[in-house]
Amino acid sequence: MIFGFSLLSVAIWLPIIFGVLVLATGSDRNAPLARVIALVGSILGFLVTIPLYVGFDKMTSAMQFVELHDWITHFNIHYHLGVDGISVLFVLLNSFFTPLVVIAGWKVIEKRVAQYLAAFLIMSGLVNGVFASLDAVLFYVFWEAMLIPMFIIIGIWGGPNRVYAAVKFFLYTFFGSVLMLIALLYLYIQSGGSFAILDYHQMAIPMTAQILVFIAFFMAFAVKVPMFPVHTWLPDAHVEAPTGGSVVLAAIMLKVGAYGFIRFSMPIVPDASHYLAGAMIALSLIAVVYIGLVALAQTDMKKLVAYSSISHMGFVTLGFFIFNVYGMEGALLQMISHGFVSGALFLCIGVLYDRMHTRNIADYGGVANKMPMFAAFFILFAMANVGLPGTSGFVGEFMVIMGTVKINFWYAFAAATTLIFGAAYTLWMVKRVIFGAVANQHVAQLTDITLREKLMFIILALTVLGMGLYPLPFTEIMHASVSDLLVHIARSKL
Amino acid sequence: MSYLSTLSSAYAEIFLLVMASSILIVDLFVTNPNKTLTYILVQLTLLSCALITVTTHEPGVVHLFNNMFVDDLMSDVLKLLSYLTVSMVLVYSRSYLILRGLFTGEFMVLTLFALLGMMVMISATHFLTLYIGLELLSLSLYAMVALQRDSAIATEAAMKYFVLGALASGLLLYGMSMLYGATSTLEVTAVSDAIKHGVGNKALLVFGLVFMVAGLAFKLGAVPFHMWVPDVYHGAPTAVTMLIGSAPKLAVFAFVMRILVDGLQPLVMHWSSMLAILAVLSMAIGNITAIAQTNLKRMLAYSTIAHMGFLLLGILSGGIDGYSSAMFYVVIYVLMSLGGFGMIMLLSRQGFEADMLNDFKGLNQRSPWLAFMMLILMFSMAGVPPTAGFYAKLSVLQAAVGAGYTPLAVMAVLFSLIGAFYYLRIIKLMYFDAPETHIPISIEADNGLLISINGLAILALGIMPSTLITVCAVAVQKSLMLQ
Repeated sequence: MIFGFSLLSVAIWLPIIFGVLVLATGSDRNAPLARVIALVGSILGFLVTIPLYVGFDKMTSAMQFVELHDWITHFNIHYHLGVDGISVLFVLLNSFFTPLVVIAGWKVIEKRVAQYLAAFLIMSGLVNGVFASLDAVLFYVFWEAMLIPMFIIIGIWGGPNRVYAAVKFFLYTFFGSVLMLIALLYLYIQSGGSFAILDYHQMAIPMTAQILVFIAFFMAFAVKVPMFPVHTWLPDAHVEAPTGGSVVLAAIMLKVGAYGFIRFSMPIVPDASHYLAGAMIALSLIAVVYIGLVALAQTDMKKLVAYSSISHMGFVTLGFFIFNVYGMEGALLQMISHGFVSGALFLCIGVLYDRMHTRNIADYGGVANKMPMFAAFFILFAMANVGLPGTSGFVGEFMVIMGTVKINFWYAFAAATTLIFGAAYTLWMVKRVIFGAVANQHVAQLTDITLREKLMFIILALTVLGMGLYPLPFTEIMHASVSDLLVHIARSKL
Repeated sequence: MSYLSTLSSAYAEIFLLVMASSILIVDLFVTNPNKTLTYILVQLTLLSCALITVTTHEPGVVHLFNNMFVDDLMSDVLKLLSYLTVSMVLVYSRSYLILRGLFTGEFMVLTLFALLGMMVMISATHFLTLYIGLELLSLSLYAMVALQRDSAIATEAAMKYFVLGALASGLLLYGMSMLYGATSTLEVTAVSDAIKHGVGNKALLVFGLVFMVAGLAFKLGAVPFHMWVPDVYHGAPTAVTMLIGSAPKLAVFAFVMRILVDGLQPLVMHWSSMLAILAVLSMAIGNITAIAQTNLKRMLAYSTIAHMGFLLLGILSGGIDGYSSAMFYVVIYVLMSLGGFGMIMLLSRQGFEADMLNDFKGLNQRSPWLAFMMLILMFSMAGVPPTAGFYAKLSVLQAAVGAGYTPLAVMAVLFSLIGAFYYLRIIKLMYFDAPETHIPISIEADNGLLISINGLAILALGIMPSTLITVCAVAVQKSLMLQ
């Protein structure tokens, strides 16, 4: 409780209120004020989520910090919030990234600063809402509403092809969501008029309906993850989005889709999930292997990291649909680690882009000579992306592969190829960008990272290393929820 | 009880008729070219009507004039919303029309007569009163479309509207005459009873029903009876377009409820399948054709057609859920439509109509607040939360899925996905493109305030929709005779 308000509500509404305040500063004349308000708001937004972790009861899988109020009484829709050991981590991850994004855009964004910062703050609150909602309509409202700021961020501050990317992003995700809405309405009718997600978990559903519901959910979540073959919006969106937009997309937005699978698809329609697990595993492996190869062929750094994200998210969905503890916990760790690592990589690319105004790998070479400090951080994050032991990237991938071996050796074998492909495309990029002789005079004029940039990278580097060396704080909080979820999914609902 | 006191339920209509006639005379003596006095009188009339409607409200359903007229909760709610809408239309259109020399006494008096027509439609329970209300509304609107008499496009629109409107009225009358022939009554509830008791030739009844539905579809602007909508919306002065696109939809909703639900409920299996075809076609043609438009008024016309498809989906789903969702939908639609046309008028200047899509380019740089209001309106029309438009769609879809029309609901969401594209395009023009002109936007204070209230209301209803949904549900529940 903070001043009589429950923690989750504060985590959702505080950033939104600060976002509106930032918006109120108006024109670019007041940009410094807007930046300060945004920074204060985002840091406060993160601080208020810390009690969620500290005060969390790790022993139970029940929802905690629950809040329940009537909202739309006629349809029995409630303002129902709560987190379990899985969602609490994502609320933290999201709130953690908001200050970083504000700092990343501190100097770089010069036009319509207030709108830019406000969009991020508002989105941060909405994403917290997605993770904390226990009512299906509330979830849907947050889920759709967060498209609006992202659409605007890509469209206004993005690259040359931003309009195409923004509209594609919006329509792709909107397409998935509307089918989910129909599925939710079906569940509402079948449950006799309840929109409570936890009620759906206990509800018996016949097999045909389960499969249809699964497909509807799949459309919504697979687009967001994104899974092969509905991933094509992501490279476009990433390439065109401004740095902050890419960071939030990769670190947060993709997680929302994966989270949907474990909050909706698997517990609500477990039999369909088992029935279709083969297809899900196949799509995941295609993402891991094929998209990994696609990443190898990229000439644009952001596109390369975007494809690498899709490949890594393939690991996440693979981990979910093998239905064991290693897979599930590994997938969740992978989600968090990928958040840190891909966010950090996009920030690195942003740092280079701010100086050179190009993301083409061929335009770089020998950056280490001019930016040694930057090169050190970049290599660290690249290693984490590869999954080097000791970094956060290792833990998740290792656990997922271990879980997969128990199911089928060849699945695990295919998944493990990512260790080779991932290393290949990441290190090759590092080699071409960072190492070698200074490629041209633009590179020769580069200056090393400033204090502001150092600050972001130090925070992220510590997190990546900390999580790699000592993942227990992350696993212990999710453990009870994950094992109960697995027990729940194993039970048939026919 | 004296005869006069039984009239109390119709006081609002009587008062409005008296006032409209008096204002017509008073206006002759108003020399001010801006017609300020007339305008104030009209607004006061609307306010008084609202007070009368509230004070004469009686719990339950009151029939008067030998069952030709009814006063129930639904009619009171819809009438109050109609006053509000018409009043907003007048505020929005005042400075726009003054600049064009069209803000005349006739315009305001015709608006009041149109409103009277709507009120009669809303409360009518007899084919004759229904028809009188409809014609009073339509004839006023025909004249208003033609108000700008030296504009060729407006005259063409008026002509088209009149000819097609007359055809639609003819279809309705033909349908009514067949139903009368089959049941020998014109009273809506008596028709229902007669059909239920097996009176009348079934073929004749269904034949009459077909004509009725066609006439209603004309008035709603549902495909394939939609041809007049884009031309009239485009050709009429924007203020008149706004009136056509807003309050009459409330009245037509009531009209459809009275005829199809109160009167022809026993034939529900016939008309619901007809409405299903109309709904799907409207959503398909409306949304797809809107993409190709470059004129915002035409685009909003096609978007209206698509919205009417959604409305029909709510109606055909049936039951309290279906009808109340349709009512909620139409209320939200009217609010959005007011904002959309209001924005066009706000951005218009002397000798310049801001009705092309390109006129919205870079609006965010010229006026961030107006751009934000338009953003809310567009997302609401697309049905994206947290705006009111989402709950309108949600409640209709809920009713449709609940009634077992899941395939229709899936089609509806897919077409609204297509719809999202052209609404997004407006946002794209406003936010992502550079402005074509830097002429400062000057708005009257009252218009600026109203568009802000209008936009924020849509956002507020998107965050707290509960009350309005409940009001619609209770109104429908207490007023319609549902089996």
